[in-house]
Amino acid sequence: MDQTLTSGRPEVASGSKTRHFLRANMREYGILIALVVIMAFFQFATGGILLRPVNLTNLVLQNSYIVIMAVGMLLVIVSGHIDLSVGSVLGFIGALAAVMIVQWQVNFVLAAIVCLAVGAAIGAAQGYWIAYFRIPSFIVTLAGMLVFKGLTLWLLAGQSVGPFPPTFQLISSGFVPDLFGAEEINLFSLLVGLGFAVLLLYLAIRTRRQEHKRGLVEEPFAIFTVKNALIFCAIAYMSYLMASFRGLPNVFIVMALLIAVYSFIANRTTIGRRIYAIGGNEKAAKLSGIRTERLVFLTFANMGMLAALAGLVFAARLNTATPKAGLGFELDVIAAVFIGGASMSGGVGTIVGAVIGAFIMGVMNNGMSILGIGIDYQQVIKGLVLLAAVIFDVYNKNKA
Amino acid sequence: MSEIILEMRNISKNFPGVKALDDVSFAVRRGEIHALVGENGAGKSTLMKILSGVYPHGEYEGDIVYEGKVKAFRGITDSEREGIIIIHQELALVPLLSIAENIFLGKECAKHGIIDWQETNRRTHELLDRVGLSERPETKVMHLGLGKQQLVEIAKALSREVRLLILDEPTSSLNEKDSDALLELLREFRARGISSILISHKLNEVSKVADTITVLRDGRAVSTLDCSAGPVPEDRVIRDMVGRSLTDRYPPREPRIGDTVFEVKNWTVLHPIDQDRKVVDNVSFHLRRGEVLGIAGLMGAGRTELAMSLFGRSYGRYAGGEAFIDNKKVDLSTVPAAINAGVAYATEDRKSYGLVLDQTIRRNVPLANLEGISNSGVIDRHREGEVAEEYRRRINIKTPTIEQAAVNLSGGNQQKVVLSKWLFSDPDILILDEPTRGIDVGAKFEIYTIIRDLAASGKSIIVISSEMPELLGTTDRLYVMNKGRFVGELPTSEATQEKIMSVIIKAGG
Repeated sequence: MDQTLTSGRPEVASGSKTRHFLRANMREYGILIALVVIMAFFQFATGGILLRPVNLTNLVLQNSYIVIMAVGMLLVIVSGHIDLSVGSVLGFIGALAAVMIVQWQVNFVLAAIVCLAVGAAIGAAQGYWIAYFRIPSFIVTLAGMLVFKGLTLWLLAGQSVGPFPPTFQLISSGFVPDLFGAEEINLFSLLVGLGFAVLLLYLAIRTRRQEHKRGLVEEPFAIFTVKNALIFCAIAYMSYLMASFRGLPNVFIVMALLIAVYSFIANRTTIGRRIYAIGGNEKAAKLSGIRTERLVFLTFANMGMLAALAGLVFAARLNTATPKAGLGFELDVIAAVFIGGASMSGGVGTIVGAVIGAFIMGVMNNGMSILGIGIDYQQVIKGLVLLAAVIFDVYNKNKA
Repeated sequence: MSEIILEMRNISKNFPGVKALDDVSFAVRRGEIHALVGENGAGKSTLMKILSGVYPHGEYEGDIVYEGKVKAFRGITDSEREGIIIIHQELALVPLLSIAENIFLGKECAKHGIIDWQETNRRTHELLDRVGLSERPETKVMHLGLGKQQLVEIAKALSREVRLLILDEPTSSLNEKDSDALLELLREFRARGISSILISHKLNEVSKVADTITVLRDGRAVSTLDCSAGPVPEDRVIRDMVGRSLTDRYPPREPRIGDTVFEVKNWTVLHPIDQDRKVVDNVSFHLRRGEVLGIAGLMGAGRTELAMSLFGRSYGRYAGGEAFIDNKKVDLSTVPAAINAGVAYATEDRKSYGLVLDQTIRRNVPLANLEGISNSGVIDRHREGEVAEEYRRRINIKTPTIEQAAVNLSGGNQQKVVLSKWLFSDPDILILDEPTRGIDVGAKFEIYTIIRDLAASGKSIIVISSEMPELLGTTDRLYVMNKGRFVGELPTSEATQEKIMSVIIKAGG
């Protein structure tokens, strides 16, 4: 876990220190607590269905494309912009993949590479107007949304195109192979999951040690222990659950890698630091020697590429490309990022927050569907949750 | 002696962990100009926020007695109804609306929600006459300079039947002429029985107009000085403000000046929109190692524009000119190129152009030199913390921790963060634009000391300032700029305020 920690002095007494720290970082822990509470609620309300191995696996598959796009959208929103076109781009890339693979018989690896490149080019084209011509991103991407919705229809000639060859479907319906061939459980998946959990724990402890050595420790020991124990147990338990079904989905691995890489970029690299600076104060960033135009441009190109990746995953999951694919997805993605604590005005937000935000939406969708709540109420409830999350944010900020 | 219009009795106000005001009592008579001075953080703004109802009744201890009655203001509307109007340092006008619309915003001359424009314009004319502003009521506020905007704010206050006018740093961004006009206006108000509370860091102005001076320090009212018998010496006021006497407002220095490091020839810049206008016109100058160079001039002379244009063409359209460092021609066409060449520019507007306000000191300090805290693009967070910590100590940024967001710092400390940012980029040539604007006397001295030490360490510094005493106290040599041109050059040892002004006037200022 790579969290940016901001908080009080080391001198404060231990008990009040913990409380003080929690209050100062309410947002970061609040969102995690909210996810746990929501999951616990649905686990109880659905009589244990939510965390059944089958359903958990489904939950991951269903939300993978939202999570993938949320990672890119977080950077876009942090830089002070927005991208409304991602849903349409996802649909368009799905259609492009279908046309290439199904109709033109192009090799699926080559097709996937072309699709990612086209996605990046679409993002770059939009980013060009936004960054260098200062056309508001809302407008450019609104136009993009219409354009690519239209192009999807045109490309598919209004029809669904499919099915894909089985090898392509593996992107989203495949699982990590079981190398050990145990009877009841995908042992390899379990080991991968456990290994991942151990790695995170090791990194957390190492970072804390280093901070300790330099006297920079801020997070109280109790919180550190509880947080990391929870994360460790959660990952281990999830891996166990999924391993006892068919194993870790391929998409899960892709997602985990993306989250890790983009968290690293956002928190630890100069590029990430600059994007946050641009969102915080573009003029100051520019006068500090940051090439703001180029970074905004790249942020959008990256978003396009991730939308393309999500498009491939989605098409592979449905096993067909439909003209309606991706309709309204941009709203889910943007909602996830805001629930995850990003600020509309830019400069604030974390990758992990956005991912948790996506899963909060996902768990609610899934849980409410299991409970048989109609799509009408589902929309209302999701809308209210988004509003509540942002109100909570603003309230917290004013109080601080 | 006239009657007392306002009395604030034993006011105390606590913020979590800080006692912002401690048993402050304060009285204003009808028709006086009462100056409120003190260092940043002394409690001036808090006191005025209590008076105007921003901190409502019940959130503070003590009483506000206004025109003989104890008042319990619950918000700013309550105090405005009583004729108490506050004009903040950051003006609260809507740039896209006209003067008339701004003046009557929220109090439109309307019947049944339909605006009577004739009446609005007629009354606006009247008000503009009273404040001495000759502009059409339809003019959009965005087309006015800061000085005129300030007058619009005052006209707006007049339209609300002001009896007690509170001005928070009204002249901090005005030039001398506009400042004088504003102070003259306060004197007129005094004659009409309108009282003013003037919050200002500019003690020369305070002593020019104030009838009474109240000095706040660390949340207490330390003295109330009566100026009716003649102005109180500035030294006395400063001593009360800082709690010690500053024998010298500028640190002594012995300049060690070397060869020319930076030379600019025939630099010309056009206005970004109106491309027929030369904002900087054929300017040439040079700067020597270890030298502190001042650029004097009135507001709008083109000094900031020159500096920003040199720094990566960040202002206007470049229209010719060359820059040399160590006699070699350098490329200053982008900000990164300028930084690489060893130039740094600390802006006059630190909130909009200098800092990422919501981010921590730790993140602001290395912003112009992220390479210095990273290896192949990966930030070394420990190094980052060490750098921020080092500058916090070296420059004396007063904050408990480098994890503090810049927005929570006082003006002086924000300026120190901006300076730290540029020092960490390790420039040879440092351009400081209004380095002490809006910061208090103690912090100013610290900034001057930093400038002196930098020059002593062999850096070359250009100071742009509208406060002439500051230029005279800190620089070695002065250029005078007027209407985009350099119209004079003189060693600081021979310069006086009068000489500089006469150069400007001779050039047709």
